Amino acid sequence: MKLSSVLLSVLASLVIVPDSSIAWEPAKPIEFVVPAGTGGGADQMARLIAGLADKHKLTPRPLIVVNKSGAAGAEGFLDVKNKKGDAHTIIITLSNLFTTPLHNNLPFNWRDYTPLARMALDEFVLWVNADSPYKTAKEYLAAVKDKQCKERQGGQCLMGGTGSAQEDQILTIQLEQALAGVKFTYVPFKGGGEVCVNLVGKHVDSTVNNPAECASHWRAGRVRPLAVFDTARLTVGEWKNIPTIKEALGADVSYLMLRGIFGAPNMPKDAVDWYVAFLKKVTETPEWKKYMEEGALRPAFAAGAEYVTWVEENERLHKELMGKGGLLKK
Amino acid sequence: MGIENLLLGFHVAITPYNLFIAVVGITLGTVIGVLPGLGGANGVAILLPLTFTMPPTSAIILLTSLYWGALFGGAITSVLFNIPGEPWSVATTFDGYPLARQGQGGQALTAAFTSSFVGALFSIVLITFFAPLLAEVALKFGPPEFFAIQLLTFSSFVGLGGGNPVKSLVAILLGFILAAVGLDVVTGQLRMTFGFLDLMKGFDFIVAVIGLFGIGEILLSVEEGLSFRSIPTGMNLRVVLDTWKVLPRYRRTFVRGAFIGFWMGFKPGGATPASFMSYAFAKRFSKHPERFGKGELEGVVAPETAAHAAGVAAILPMITLGIPGSPTAAVMLGGLIIWGLQPGPLLFQEKPEFVWGLIASMYTGNFIGVLMVLAFVPLFAAILRIPFAILTPVIVVVCAVGSYAVHSSMIDIWYMLIFGVVGYAFKKLDYPLAPLVLALVLGDLAENALRQSLIMSQGTPGIFVTRPIAGAITAVAIFFFVLPALTPWWRRFHGSAPAPRAT
Repeated sequence: MKLSSVLLSVLASLVIVPDSSIAWEPAKPIEFVVPAGTGGGADQMARLIAGLADKHKLTPRPLIVVNKSGAAGAEGFLDVKNKKGDAHTIIITLSNLFTTPLHNNLPFNWRDYTPLARMALDEFVLWVNADSPYKTAKEYLAAVKDKQCKERQGGQCLMGGTGSAQEDQILTIQLEQALAGVKFTYVPFKGGGEVCVNLVGKHVDSTVNNPAECASHWRAGRVRPLAVFDTARLTVGEWKNIPTIKEALGADVSYLMLRGIFGAPNMPKDAVDWYVAFLKKVTETPEWKKYMEEGALRPAFAAGAEYVTWVEENERLHKELMGKGGLLKK
Repeated sequence: MGIENLLLGFHVAITPYNLFIAVVGITLGTVIGVLPGLGGANGVAILLPLTFTMPPTSAIILLTSLYWGALFGGAITSVLFNIPGEPWSVATTFDGYPLARQGQGGQALTAAFTSSFVGALFSIVLITFFAPLLAEVALKFGPPEFFAIQLLTFSSFVGLGGGNPVKSLVAILLGFILAAVGLDVVTGQLRMTFGFLDLMKGFDFIVAVIGLFGIGEILLSVEEGLSFRSIPTGMNLRVVLDTWKVLPRYRRTFVRGAFIGFWMGFKPGGATPASFMSYAFAKRFSKHPERFGKGELEGVVAPETAAHAAGVAAILPMITLGIPGSPTAAVMLGGLIIWGLQPGPLLFQEKPEFVWGLIASMYTGNFIGVLMVLAFVPLFAAILRIPFAILTPVIVVVCAVGSYAVHSSMIDIWYMLIFGVVGYAFKKLDYPLAPLVLALVLGDLAENALRQSLIMSQGTPGIFVTRPIAGAITAVAIFFFVLPALTPWWRRFHGSAPAPRAT
């Protein structure tokens, strides 16, 4: 950077935003693309970030949340992919960043985008209806194996989940492969909240919902968590009491979902720095911390090389899991 | 439960600040409802970040008021320009627009707003007294029950067209085909995109409707000659009172529409099928079914009552179960979580002042809303005094903006134009548009529910009969499917039999 531009930026930061030391700042509203429908986990997080940015004056220009949910999010990803070098477009991702292109051969990949930050990781829990006789994962999976789900055709147990060839189905297949003889009938629904309500209504026998999606039904005594799909127990509130799958079944099945932010392709370096600092500040607000805690999300802020390495590793994992499950596009 | 809690709620809702918030919300909502494409869900989403600094109850009042406003406003463009501002206003165009063409726009709007209010009130009263109980009933609805409801909606339309049944069938099938384009939720595969990435998100219902109805109508008018004619309408509030005098005649339609709306509103995507179903039943049970589609006031009352009843009912699963009954409710649900509330079965106990404040604000919001929109009826109706040659370009622009707003994408404007030509061709060739639209909006939902049910039952169709609720609804649906075939026989045996009575 030339001396004059450094001076200029220092001057500018002194004049305009005294507490900021970064040269680049958004000059117009930021388009914040959500590659999922309104009301879901990604959408909530995006709107929370936009709201916190506004409330705590973290950005001179507002974030405008835009939902582009078509084709399992591919609409949003392809849209952002076309905005090369745009410093005012960012996208929040969930696992469909990996699953949608792998399952449908759509032309996008995380490498097309500029990694900004990993905000959090979402956990998965095995749930059954509270009226069911199963108190432990072991009991339930034994019933699945022996086809003991009485109300169903042939005693075949039903696993409800969000979408097809996405995280819930991947996790279901992982579970089947880890335990010999276990076979679910997977019923896909449109959104996570709907899945948990179908469990409460006894239309399916189990789900692998995120904690937030089932939390209120759990507190109301309608559903029962049996195990968490992670290597360690959750750390907040009553969630601590749920055993891990390893503890409950002796099988190693874990899965975490990325809640991360990417920028448009080839976003300028100084813009990237601004976004990383901005997102970091978001994660430091009390509202964000409360949101993490209530949804039992794992705070996992990471940026730069650490984020890229993690995404690379996660992509490899998805390829492997989907390949094993027969979910890759032939 | 009941009065005591409601009083607590009114205590919260009737503060000057919250009343002011409600008025702001309704005004914005009406504007949003008028603009096609920019639905209530978008409006609520845009305002959501602004609410973070408000107390949660005021925040939800602002958002729900906006939602009521959008429900009221959706009827305005349907009646005046044949452009449904919201999906659930499609059925309102069937008779609302012909009425406006006959210079009775004021009457049609009054009927629409009044019906909306009646439908809303019905649902609010039910929510006030039976919310937890109704939530339990809603839980009983799984994919098989949902499919049975879709079947009932289709069956209510069978034999209603009056025209050539083959043409209706063609229209329905075309609708199904269009609804199937894009990603299939059940398999996660793309269908009928033929390698075009632009097709992968499918056809948005609202874009199709703006094209089929709005642009199609304009093309027709242009063909008839671009005259400078305008429709004379009175600029007088008396039209409201005069219409009110005739409305009690349709009390049965009100009750039926409110019931249908409430029960359909429980499940996601309920308001649109509810309005169609209510319209179909009104026509079926009418003594003058031949007048429907040509400017029958009852044809405005039926869909609007059901749509608003369903719109209000959509709030119920949101506060009792934590699942949204409509896209707008989905965004509000996100809001609840951000405000630090846990939507779900415990909300009633943990945050009574919030829940009851919300319920009380439904009364105040809808009351303020109906007064506001009714006061503007003469003004809305007077828009039609503007010469067609000036109005048309404005409408085309509004349609284009609306189509663009749905996904912020240019391709939707092209879709809108193509659908406009299709709508024009349908009118010219005398194909009915209603079955096409119905299939387009429900095709996707019905297909998903059917396949989910069959996955659940390992492929056995018995699941639709053996489950009590699904079985009962399926039976009624089948009855309506065979009714048109039976009616001639019945008539032959009994001479001219009385029309089936409304229940």
